[in-house]
Formats: sequence, C-alpha cells, structure tokens
Amino acid sequence: MTAAVIIGQNLRKQFLRKGKQPIQALDTVSLEIAPRTLAALVGPDGGGKTTLLRLTAGLMRADAGELTVLGIDTKANPQAIQDRIGYMPQRFGLYDDLSVQENLDLYADLHGVSTAERKTRYPQLMEMTALGPFTRRLAGQLSGGMKQKLGLACTLVRAPELLLLDEPTIGVDPLSRRELWDIIRALVRDQGVSVLLSTSYLDEAERCEHVVVLRDGKVLAQGPPQDVTSLAKDRTFLATPPDGETPRVTQVGLLDDPAVIDASPEAGKVRIVRGPDLNTQLPASSALARLQLESTSTRFEDGFMVLLQRAAPAGQPAPKAPPITSIVQDGPRSEVVVVHDLVRCFGKFVAVDRVSFEVRRGEIFGLLGPNGAGKTTTFRMLCGLLSASSGTLQVAGTDPGAAATRQEIGYVAQKFSLYAQLTVAENLDFFASAYGLHGARRRERIDWAMAEFELGPVKTQLGGQLPGGYTQRLAMAAALLHEPQILFLDEATSGADPMARRDFWRRITALAQAGVTVIVTTHFMAEAEYCDRIAILDSGRILAQGAPAEIRKRGATNANRNPTMEDAFIAVIEEARAVASKDKAA
Amino acid sequence: MLASLRRIAALIRKELLAVLKDARTRNMLMLQPVLQCLLFGYAATLDLNNVPYAVLDRDRSTASSALLAKLDGSGLFHRIANLTDAADMRRLIDNQQVLVAIQIEPDFQQRLAEGNVAPVQVIADGRNSNTAGAALAYVGAAVASFNADWASDHGLPQPPIEVEERAWYNANLETRWNLVPALVGTITMMSTLMLAALSVAREREEGTFDQLLVTPFTPVEIMAGKAIPSMLMGLVQATSALLVAQLWFRIPFAGSYFTLYVGLILFLLAAVGIGLFVSSIAATMQQAMLYAFVLIMPFALLSGLTTPISSMPQVMQYFTAINPLRYAIDLVHRIYLEGVGLDQVWSDLWPMAIIATVTLSAAAWMFRRRLE
Repeated sequence: MTAAVIIGQNLRKQFLRKGKQPIQALDTVSLEIAPRTLAALVGPDGGGKTTLLRLTAGLMRADAGELTVLGIDTKANPQAIQDRIGYMPQRFGLYDDLSVQENLDLYADLHGVSTAERKTRYPQLMEMTALGPFTRRLAGQLSGGMKQKLGLACTLVRAPELLLLDEPTIGVDPLSRRELWDIIRALVRDQGVSVLLSTSYLDEAERCEHVVVLRDGKVLAQGPPQDVTSLAKDRTFLATPPDGETPRVTQVGLLDDPAVIDASPEAGKVRIVRGPDLNTQLPASSALARLQLESTSTRFEDGFMVLLQRAAPAGQPAPKAPPITSIVQDGPRSEVVVVHDLVRCFGKFVAVDRVSFEVRRGEIFGLLGPNGAGKTTTFRMLCGLLSASSGTLQVAGTDPGAAATRQEIGYVAQKFSLYAQLTVAENLDFFASAYGLHGARRRERIDWAMAEFELGPVKTQLGGQLPGGYTQRLAMAAALLHEPQILFLDEATSGADPMARRDFWRRITALAQAGVTVIVTTHFMAEAEYCDRIAILDSGRILAQGAPAEIRKRGATNANRNPTMEDAFIAVIEEARAVASKDKAA
Repeated sequence: MLASLRRIAALIRKELLAVLKDARTRNMLMLQPVLQCLLFGYAATLDLNNVPYAVLDRDRSTASSALLAKLDGSGLFHRIANLTDAADMRRLIDNQQVLVAIQIEPDFQQRLAEGNVAPVQVIADGRNSNTAGAALAYVGAAVASFNADWASDHGLPQPPIEVEERAWYNANLETRWNLVPALVGTITMMSTLMLAALSVAREREEGTFDQLLVTPFTPVEIMAGKAIPSMLMGLVQATSALLVAQLWFRIPFAGSYFTLYVGLILFLLAAVGIGLFVSSIAATMQQAMLYAFVLIMPFALLSGLTTPISSMPQVMQYFTAINPLRYAIDLVHRIYLEGVGLDQVWSDLWPMAIIATVTLSAAAWMFRRRLE
C-alpha cells in the first residue's frame, strides 16, 4: 500500500465575520484518502465540505493542523500541489461566449499543455464526455449536464493525479448524472486517478469506496459507506398508508413520531427508519402503531439519517404546517390548471410539443425530464412569462398572463431571484406590497413568513449574502406571502441537503393539505414520490404521465424487479429516444 | 387605482433603497455633480489668462513701451522674454514657451510721429486655433486702445466708428457662466440615462425581473416605478449642480426656480425615457452600459454645450432636434442667466415632451413585446 494521497490532521479553519460570531468551518478534522480511491464528502449544507476541498487544493490555509496532499505540505508549497491536481469548484469558470473548443484551449493554455499533449488528450476527453459533436457550440448554450461535462474536461486537460470536485452533479438531470458518474469511475479505474468529491446525493456517496460525513465542521463518520449504512441495519421498514391517504400525509405523521428517525414516501408506501428501541411497546397515540410494516433493505441514506439524528442537538423544532386561510373553495377536486396541446417554438426549434395535462386543486404535480426537455419553458408559460405558440392554457380558470391570475400564483425560480442588495426584511416588504398587501394584513403575513421559515435571525442580512438553505426559504416565503392558490416551484431544492429537502417537502405537503395546488420540477427522482402525479418530458413531449408508483413500474426489467424512480425515468427516456432515432433512420 | 399606486410606491422605495443603500453608489451620485461642476468651472474655460508672450522690440521708444504697457496692464498677457533676435521668436513658439510673439520695427515711433501707419507684427501659435484666435483678438483690442490714446494725446481725429461692447446676461463674457449652468442638464442627463438603462437590465440579468413579472405589476406600473426613482435622483443631482453654480461660483440666478424645475422634470422624463428604452432592448447590463455610452457622447456633442448648434452642418443640426439635452441647456441658460418665464421657453418644452412620450411608449411597448 502506497502513501495516502490526502492526509489531514486536526485541521481547523475559522471565518471571521464583521461584527458577528466567527464561523468555525472546520473543527479538528482528520482524514486520510488512499490512492486510486473514489471518496465522497457528505453532510448538511454549511458543514465544511467546500472549505475542506479548498484547503486540499491549496487555495486556502488552515488555521491549525497539518494537511499533506500527494506528499506535499499544503502550507509550504501550494503551487506544487496545484500543478498536479484538478479542482472543479461548484460554479466552474466556463466562458459562456466561447465555444466548447475555445474553453478547452483556454484551460490547456492556462495549464501550459503542449500541442503534442493536446493531440492525444483532446480525443480522449471528447470521447469520454461525448462532447465531440458540439465543439463549436458556445458554452452558454449547453445544457446544465453538458456544461458540467465540459467543466470536467477542462479540469482534466492536464491528466491530474488527484481530482477534487465540489458538487459536480448539482442541477444535472439523472441521465447526465449517470454519464458524469461513468466518466468519474472510469478515471479511477482506468487511469488510477484519486477523486474526492462533495455531493448532496446520498446514492452517489453509496457508490464511493470511502465516505467522510461532515457536520458543523466535525467529522461524524469516515470509512466505507457500508459502515454508515449498517447503522440502520434491521431498522428500515416499508409502511402501507391507510386507504384514502397519500403516502406523503402518512409520512408527515410518521416524522412527528418520536419512535421514527426518518420517513420518506417510496413507491406508494412510506420508507421508515425506526429508532433503536424496536421492541418497546408503542403508545396508542403513535402513528406507527396503526400501520402495517414490512422490513426492507437498508440504504446509505437510512444510516446517514441515524448518524445525524445521533449527533443532532436535541429538541430542534420541526417546521409546522403553514396556515393558509383564504383559499377559495370552488368544489373539492376541481381542475385548477388545464393545459391542452400546448406548443412553443423558438424559431424552428420546438421546445414544447403538444403537451397536455390537468392539475386539480390540492394536488402536487411533478414535471420531470432531462435538461432542455421543455420543463422550464412550460413553467414560464404557466406563469405568464412566455406566450404559447399554440394550444390552450388555463390557470385558476383564466389566462395565465392576466394580472388577476398573477395574484393567485406564487413562483419560485430555479436560481435565487430575489433582490441581493436588499435585506431579508426589505425583500419581504417589497413582495408584500407587490402583491397588494397593506396595513394589519401585511404585518400579519410578514410576521407569519418570518416565523414559518425561521428567517428572524437573518432578518437584517442581505439577500445575496444568505447562507445556502436560507435563500430557498426566503424565496418560498416571498412566494407565499399573498396566500396563492397555485405554487410553481422550478427546481426549488437544487443543491439543498437531505435535511433541508425533508423540511421543504413537509411544508409543501402541508400547503397541499390546505388546498394549494403545487407544480414542481426537480432532478431528485426521490422527490417525485411526494407528487400525486408526475409527467416525464423529453424533447418537449410528455412520455409518461401518472402516479409515481405506476411510473416506477415502467423501469422494471427481468434483472431489476424493484426499480427505483431513477431507473424508471432513465428507462422511459431511453426507450423514447431509441424509437425517435429509429424513426429518423427509417 | 389605489392598489396600483401602492405597488408603484413600493417599487420606487425598493429602487431607491437598492441604489442608496450602498455608501459608494450614494457618494458617487451626490458628489459626482459637485466634482464635475468644479472641474468644468475651473479647467474647462475658454477665457485667456496669463498668456505667455515674447517681444522683439527693435524700436525701444516711448511709443513702443506704451503699446507693450497696454498688453502687460491687461492682466491677460504675461511677458516672459524680451528678444533681440528674430530667430528666438521661432524657437520660443516652436517650444510652446510662448503663445504669441510681437515684433516692433525700429521706425515704429518715427512713423507714428509722421502720421503714417506703423505695422506691428504679431505671430501666434496656430496649432491651438481656439486659443490663438482669442489671443489675437486680445492683441487687436490692446492695439485699438493704444490707437485711441495716441490719437487723443496728439490731437489727431478719432476713428469714425467706435464699437461699444455690452454682453448681456454675462457682462464679462466668462465661459464659466455659460458652462456651469449647462452642466445642470449635462450631468443629470448622463447619470439618469445610465441609471434608467441599468435598472431593468440588472433585474433581467439577476433573474429578478421574472419574479417581478409574475407579481400583479403591469408593464406601465413597472415603467413608472423605474422612471420615478431615476428622475428623483436626477433632480437631486441637478440641485447640487445648481448650488455649486450659485454658492461657489457666484453665478447669479436670474429666473424662477419653479420654471426651472418644471423644465427639468420634462427633461428628466425624456432622459429616463431614452434610458428605459435602452434597457428594454438590452439583454445584459454590459449591453445596456455600452448602448448608453454610445448615446451619451453624441448627445453631449450635439447639445450646443461646447460648440454652437448654428455652426454645425445642416444634417447635424437636424440630429440635434431629437436631443433633449439641446433643449435642456437652452432652457437652463435662458432661465438661469436671462430669467425668462415658462411662456418664453415653450419652444424648449414641447420638443422634450414629445421625446419623453415617444421613448417611454416605445420602452413600454418593447417590455410588453419581450414577454411574447
């Protein structure tokens, strides 16, 4: 066994803030990563993942502790390390106005890659990333997944010995995510590169050989992922919801049960991780006691939740159901959004092609699809930001562009789109006024939003300087101030950690219970399980539509009888693409 | 209606907050007009002071001394050399040590005494035509004054025509009086145009514009909420420029503030209209900034700020007709220096009103069209 590529001992790093408590980003962190290993950093947002990666890349100095990378001390000679590693930050610096080839050339120039080396390296990278046909396309016009691949290719121009990737699969659809992972695994297997990456997808961590769980700057666990998984051994079950109850409602009830550590909807049932006291008698009030349980296999995520629960400071208040009072009830299950034969063209390009669906009051409807499938275009038309080329579109009974309709909808965009220069309180003030709230009602709603989304502590912070999870909460708060009937969420949980996603869905479930209609897009296939119905789009067309459990079955093969949502998604898309390419050939 | 006004008020408040919160932006907005006025007031003057000159006096007589005394006594000329060789004159001019060189012939006094014409050669550095022209005019005035004195001292008849010069509204013809009030228009135009151009482009770039469009704001409300804060900041800037003109440069204000501000509001409306139009066609802040820069230079040149519009080629004069700054400068000059009322500046007001109407409607139309 050769020496470890990364050896960190008692690393500490503090960030000073003006007039505030300093943040202890890393607190006595020790780790060791063996060569030719695929290692993952996981944990809640703000846990120190990015800081650790930046320290390893020699971009920052630790306050205390020793960190050796490839046998070189990061403090003594960071440049020597940077010459031998590749680092891809969360927002990789691609130049949108340059083509794929020009971006690649630029990074090759920056790293001093010789023309001879390029001749052998470029074809390899193009083959690996399948970007070959797109070398002349501008980087700004690539899909999210292709951008990440190009970023990876730029990082790899120089054949680094160690690759550091900060959330490489954020905002990437399941298909591209799988392709990215194939590339990364091939690098480790065939080229002997060591990889350390951070991720908020726990299924990705499960595929690594080594996992470091970081929380609040401390290492909670480290070792093979099976070590973490085994923490939930024999404690995972599937519960069938009582008749007439959606899995997400059952799930919320279970989350409040002290005997349950984690619950999440899965294939029409609810996956449960129980507390350690499996044999004690459950009180009659327990939600768990009413349900049929069957034991199921344990995943990394289950063990991870047990691990965090153990380390969590006790008594963290769970988010309560947001009171939405003024929903107009015009029949219990009336259709609130009706889309029929919707088409949108940009020049000759058909972005949305004869899409039809209906969403009823209080339903959660999910639009899934790879990057560029037409989800965002559909969303923009539903919100009145874009007009349809043809077809009909009804939101809350009228045309989506009308001012009266806009009073009825809330919209959370893909990226943070509130005012970065204004504080949290000022942002809420502005949007309250924008929705015509005034007087006592306005105060009441702002107070509600502050309390519900726990924004009080960051009230005076600027929107642009909020820590990760808060931006999404602020965006939700602003979108709900006027108690809309319909809520549009465009990849609202992109980049959020598993805990933040649980909180988020808990709120969405409560809103739907109160009669709010919710339409979401997401790249987290596990989140599709919270929806009443989902539609899978590709190339502007709906390929499949129905309840998550039904869609899941489409992924079943002889080899895989229990497909995940992600398997089903990929199966549906690939099947459709195979048919399309056959049509083209014929 | 009330709901609409509330929304506009909220947008105005937000815009002002966003701009004024940042101390650097705030200082830029407040200090910039003051600094520009001081800069233009002192540096950009066409008046001559301390013009360096040299003399080759071959006569060295009482008459020649009297002529030179006229120049030296004017306070405008500063003699730096008494030459003995004509070659030195060329050298001093070439080295730009003097702007003007005067050569007096040996028979200067004698010719005068005989009642003949006595030529005096004046050489000016024509590389800077403006200054040279002005310097020559001053020399001419000094010579005329010398002639008059000589005639009366020697009982000769006075020249038949005498020009009595009176410059109204700027008795000493100081460039500063012309320039500083004109800055009230120029500076505010530049910053309001830029502010308005960037305001929507920034929101578009940061994705907040979509968020704004999904709220019940109508395009007209957004336009109003964007136009008014830019105008308010423009008015503050105009006021600081006015204060500098009056309190620092002591240029007397002849007109009524009411009239001036009515005119300024119309002017700012036109400037903001142009800015918002730029904003509506630009996709990014960078584009908006470039478009605004491309516009600002011709606006300044074709405004009559530095060169009179009547001396521009006819085609250029047509272009000035769509330049709000042209009307604003004329308006400020007439109200500030001349003290006229609203009825007298009517010819400046209606073109600005038309420009404002056209640009604002075009911008509103563009915003709506971009939603399609």
